[in-house]
Amino acid sequence: MAKPAMSVPLSYIARNLWARRLTTTLTAGGLALVVFVFATVLMLDAGLKRTLITTGEYDNLVVIRKGAETEIQSGISRDQAGIIETHPAVAIGAGGARMASKETVVLISLLRRGDEKPSNVIIRGTTDMGFTLRPQVRLAAGRTFTPGTSEIVVGRSIAARFDNTAIGDRLYFAQRGWTVVGTFDAGGSGFDSEIWGDAEQLMQSFRRTAYSSIVARLADSALFERFKADIDTDPRLAQEMKREQVFYSDQSQALSTFINVLGLTLSAIFSIGAMIGAMITMYASVATRVGEIGTLRALGFRRRAVLGAYLLEAVLLGLVGGVAGLLLASLMQFASFSTTNFQTFADLSFGFILTPGIAVKTLIFAVAMAVAGGFLPAVRAARLNIVDALRAV
Amino acid sequence: MSSTLCQAVTLVHLSKLILKNALRHKLRTGLTVVGLVIAVLAYGLLQTVVDAWYAGAQAASNARLVTRNAISLVFFLPVSYEARIRGVEGVTAVARSNWFGGIYQEPKKFFAQFAVSDNYLDLYPEFVLSEPERQAWQRDRKGCLVGRQLADLYGFKVGDVLPLRGTIYPGTWEFVVRGIFDGSDSTKITRQMMFHWDYLNETLRKTAKRRAEQVGVYVLGIDHPENAAAITRAVDAMFKNSLAETLTETEQAFQLGFVAMSNEIIAAIRLVSYVVILIIMVVMANTMAMSARERTAEYATLKTLGFGPVFIALLIFGESLAICGIGGGLGLLATPPAAAMFKHFAGTYFPVFKVSGLTFGLQAACAVAVGVAAAIVPAVHASRVRIVEGLRAIG
Repeated sequence: MAKPAMSVPLSYIARNLWARRLTTTLTAGGLALVVFVFATVLMLDAGLKRTLITTGEYDNLVVIRKGAETEIQSGISRDQAGIIETHPAVAIGAGGARMASKETVVLISLLRRGDEKPSNVIIRGTTDMGFTLRPQVRLAAGRTFTPGTSEIVVGRSIAARFDNTAIGDRLYFAQRGWTVVGTFDAGGSGFDSEIWGDAEQLMQSFRRTAYSSIVARLADSALFERFKADIDTDPRLAQEMKREQVFYSDQSQALSTFINVLGLTLSAIFSIGAMIGAMITMYASVATRVGEIGTLRALGFRRRAVLGAYLLEAVLLGLVGGVAGLLLASLMQFASFSTTNFQTFADLSFGFILTPGIAVKTLIFAVAMAVAGGFLPAVRAARLNIVDALRAV
Repeated sequence: MSSTLCQAVTLVHLSKLILKNALRHKLRTGLTVVGLVIAVLAYGLLQTVVDAWYAGAQAASNARLVTRNAISLVFFLPVSYEARIRGVEGVTAVARSNWFGGIYQEPKKFFAQFAVSDNYLDLYPEFVLSEPERQAWQRDRKGCLVGRQLADLYGFKVGDVLPLRGTIYPGTWEFVVRGIFDGSDSTKITRQMMFHWDYLNETLRKTAKRRAEQVGVYVLGIDHPENAAAITRAVDAMFKNSLAETLTETEQAFQLGFVAMSNEIIAAIRLVSYVVILIIMVVMANTMAMSARERTAEYATLKTLGFGPVFIALLIFGESLAICGIGGGLGLLATPPAAAMFKHFAGTYFPVFKVSGLTFGLQAACAVAVGVAAAIVPAVHASRVRIVEGLRAIG
């Protein structure tokens, strides 16, 4: 005999789902689709964040003109650059060189493969020090550009998506042909969506006299505040500085908020559809098993046990949908996403990243949807009168 | 036998039976209808969001050309190009425009600001400005004009001082609102501000000499839209191999270039708008599958009486379409008020948010598609069921 406090066996609950395979599949399918949208949005945001965090080194600084939001809008004249570069807070590297790279950053329009509309791509004029300061940037193929020549190297995402960017190809802009001599891999950071060349050569051909930004390594992390204060107060300068990581994450704030707000609003609206699906299924599951519920109650199972059994059935349903949706979403890791960052106006490419945190959140979301849908039916099942229920068949 | 019976049962009887069937499980049908309303509504709004993205390009004209630096928009063109462009046959007017990109209070409060030459408004008949206001603007070097949508958004009135923090052009800039222009109709975007190009240029002459005498884009008025291609070629050929090569295109193509930058976001929204239809299709299929299974014995009874498989299938398709018709209809009805509400909350991002006729059509088509798709499996199953087995079946 069943003890009064016993709960309904899990195998009974699972078999109920199995017995009505078509309905279970359809309901779980609905849940899975919502879960897919939800997980994909979180993965996209995680991808964007990771791209921008790996773009910055903690002890690197970016100096740009006050008021400018991005490197593109900024300007630093040569004499100002000299003052900033020689500040004692800038680290001294091998051979006594100052660990600072004076860079020029502009946008050029390039055609994406299979697209007749051009996209804006960041082209960065840099120096050898620019590579040293960003250890995540490694040459993947070919060689780096020779200073003083019209040679360029392209980031991995650029090489994969834009026309005329293979090694040996020539790009034409600013009245010159530029030969692609190498491809670099920036470890998934934002630099993967950039083209690099020699700063002085690019400035000449773009007829610019001012740099866009200075990237520098701090000699000691503690010197940050002092360096910042010195730049702010020096009357010859009109620049401001940020840690590189902060600089890049600020630049993606708008895009990240946009992805989150849009994605989560959609998930919330869609989840109503899936919850209704779960509710319909669970109501039907109760309605067709009134006799069984009566029998269970007659055997000594309490109302609470019946309620628990139905909620557990909903949880199982949610898990099936959640796992299916998550598997579907995990396939998105092979895809990449690229769009124009509203703030920099340049093309940025990033991936979908599935983290354990996202997997847990997604499963919780799936179970919550199923339980929300299954709650009212479960209450109805628990409140059935034994005699009526047994008479129902 | 079956065909005669089918004819005997009139359409009225059939629809009565369908309606009775649909209402048998009121809760289930009600829930399904609610789901359909939400799905059709969400689909409609998402389609409208995509449309809103293209609103700028839709409003752009084919009778205006935009000439910019061929490298990218970051680079300028010399002001001396203006006279040479005006000399091209077919060009009737040339106006200057520089993107200012200033920040009003905080970066979130983004709106477009242009430094424009005085003849700019002549090229934009869709921006309606009263003559006294136009004169007041022309007399005030620091004066600016704001569009109606922008004025409503932040409460700008004529005479207000509008401070902007420059990002491209450093410093704090103050403008005095001298006029508010309206769009000629509701599809025109007037969420922008414009001020004198000369004011910008004169300030730059004093503060950053190298950056003065530079124009962001030239807007060209042309005599006939069909001459656009020839004029485009003539202008670009004139500046070929110069320090600043040009790229000329119609204003519409120019605007579409901006839309194309968010291609993948738009594609994702489009995709997702079909996912919601897929979700409701699954829910609806489930409803129909459950209903049909519970009635297996009834279908067998009908067959015993001589009704054919077509009749059974019609019953199921009819019920599915009836539910989808009600849900889809309610969803369609709810779309305009929902769009108005959406515009109220997200108007800053989408100045034009209007549900198009095409969207309504697509919504209706989706509802019908859901109804048909959901009924296929149960209908085939029920029409095939053998009488003996069917009669033995229990719900």
